[in-house]
Amino acid sequence: MTAVHPFAFEAPLPDSSGHFGRYGGRFVPEALIAALDELTVAYHAAKKDPDFLAEYDRLLRDYAGRPSRLYHARRLSEQAGAEIWLKREDLNHTGAHKICNVLGQALLTRRMGKKRVIAETGAGQHGVATATAAALFGLECVIYMGEVDTERQALNVARMELLGAKVVPVTTGSRTLKDALNEAFRDWVANVDSTHYVIGTAAGPHPFPALVRDLARVIGAETREQFDGLPDAVAACVGGGSNAIGMFHAFVPDPTVRLFGFEAGGDGADTPRHAATLTGGRPGVLHGARSYLLQDAEGQTIESHSISAGLDYPGVGPEHAWLRDTGRAEYRPVTDTAAMEAFKLLCATEGIIPAIESSHAVAGALSIVPELTAALGRPPRIAVCLSGRGDKDVSTAAHWFGLLHDQ
Amino acid sequence: MTTVDTLTTPGRLETALRTAGRKLLVPYVTGGLTDNWTDFIAAYEQAGADAVEIGLPFSDPMIDGSVIQQASDVALARGTTVASILADVAKLRPGIPLVAMTYYNLVQRRGLAVFCAALAEAGISGLIVPDAPLEEAGDLAAAAGQHGVELVRLAAPSTPPARLTEIAERSRGFIYAISLMGTTGVRAELAATAGQLAADLKARTDMPVILGLGISTPEHAAEASRYADGVVIASRIMREVLDGATPAEVGAWLATVRTALDA
Repeated sequence: MTAVHPFAFEAPLPDSSGHFGRYGGRFVPEALIAALDELTVAYHAAKKDPDFLAEYDRLLRDYAGRPSRLYHARRLSEQAGAEIWLKREDLNHTGAHKICNVLGQALLTRRMGKKRVIAETGAGQHGVATATAAALFGLECVIYMGEVDTERQALNVARMELLGAKVVPVTTGSRTLKDALNEAFRDWVANVDSTHYVIGTAAGPHPFPALVRDLARVIGAETREQFDGLPDAVAACVGGGSNAIGMFHAFVPDPTVRLFGFEAGGDGADTPRHAATLTGGRPGVLHGARSYLLQDAEGQTIESHSISAGLDYPGVGPEHAWLRDTGRAEYRPVTDTAAMEAFKLLCATEGIIPAIESSHAVAGALSIVPELTAALGRPPRIAVCLSGRGDKDVSTAAHWFGLLHDQ
Repeated sequence: MTTVDTLTTPGRLETALRTAGRKLLVPYVTGGLTDNWTDFIAAYEQAGADAVEIGLPFSDPMIDGSVIQQASDVALARGTTVASILADVAKLRPGIPLVAMTYYNLVQRRGLAVFCAALAEAGISGLIVPDAPLEEAGDLAAAAGQHGVELVRLAAPSTPPARLTEIAERSRGFIYAISLMGTTGVRAELAATAGQLAADLKARTDMPVILGLGISTPEHAAEASRYADGVVIASRIMREVLDGATPAEVGAWLATVRTALDA
């Protein structure tokens, strides 16, 4: 094992006020500052507490099923003309990397003496993960979900309710993920003494971008150990960016490893219908941090569009904004069509049904093979974060590929 | 971030509030909510308002409850922009100061200095940005100061003592005391946290302290004014306006609040 625990790793950024260069920070109502300070103290203390780290490790191993496998996808590699390795986050309990984040935050909730957790969710994956951790820890759990999403993802609503959570449909604004975030913040302001807000991605006010990154950091740290040498490139999908920052972070100091984040290009990043924030957005402030944001000339948030509900968000975590501007990571859009072709290809070549989110990473990895081959003078070795499994997406995929003839 | 507040002498807003000689009444209106939205400002003035807070609507108003969010959505759907609101305001010559309230993204999108200059040019004296706490408001305070705009800071019941002192020192115009841990909205009672926060602030400064959030009746206003220098009233009025109330009707109700404050 590594000398330093992935969660306990002390990163140079953010600075003490939560900034990654000009990004990040705390753009929140005054009423939340004290709670964010309390969380920051608890998080830094937990990083240094061997008992906390031991319990977190035990949960990751025995409950979530870590370490996740790094799998050489030989048939996909053959088709791609590259050596492609999949980091199998889809094999975690609840089917995605998000369990690592919620288990860590549930432990922190208990450490702070709070009895209630709230969360926002888009497709429902983070909601299900939070409801799972709440059940495990015996915490009251309320999930905010846009009304539109509760209708699109009725099965995940049922899952959360089976796990004992209360799901509140959000009827304000566009009634999707960004409005669920607004509503969760409102709940938090009103109930901050009893409640921890389990933010689902590496975004929001400080310390969340750092906290969620550190909880996801295990993805890349494991990959780095499991890989024979270093990969030429690492690829991940980027919505809010938690799996991507988790995959990237351990590789940031390795100059030969190129970092690629693939955003949801929807109908195309040159059309109005996409969620490619780092490609088509510009710096702004939403949900507590400065980062890239899809916004109009006035500064009003523009609604995002993607076939992947988990990437369908007009913002992105601030560390990605910083990695983009410094050039350390490269961010590119992948259209719905390209993602779904990769979805199908992975099903057919490897017998793995990926989440549509993760399919963006696979499609993106395939797209960079020619340029990497040219630059290296040999087929590249690429580690792809397969952030989640696709069981939740079978209905969407079946419609996309015209497999449901009676509807 | 270090702050250079270049505005060191009281501006129009602070001066007006300090010299009003009575408990302060600051009603709110969402800019661009209706065709005749500026008529509400005139009606407020006539009803005895000491200043008016004008909301510049944002798509994602995180600190606001359902009423203000709905009012914001309605205004934006009508095509309201910061520029259209400021153009409407520039035509007014109110006898009382105006304070803009908006979220940080609308300010930074135009540029902090450009935004503050535009406020000043339209005749708006103060600015409230509820998602820009002390740590993030340094540059904005400097830009506001350069253009003579008074940046009003907010204090909450959860704010620790040392931070309250800093907020009291940095605030310009007045201090906006958040009466409760929650969002804007109509409520049945004045929060128990209101009195303590107002008293804590009054002990630190002679700057006017105005309580806002959840102040919904003349009785709430009268009670709040026992602890503070005045009240902001927003959701209660916007609920009525969304339901079709005219400026005259809202003004008549506001006059009852004035009476309660003066009693």
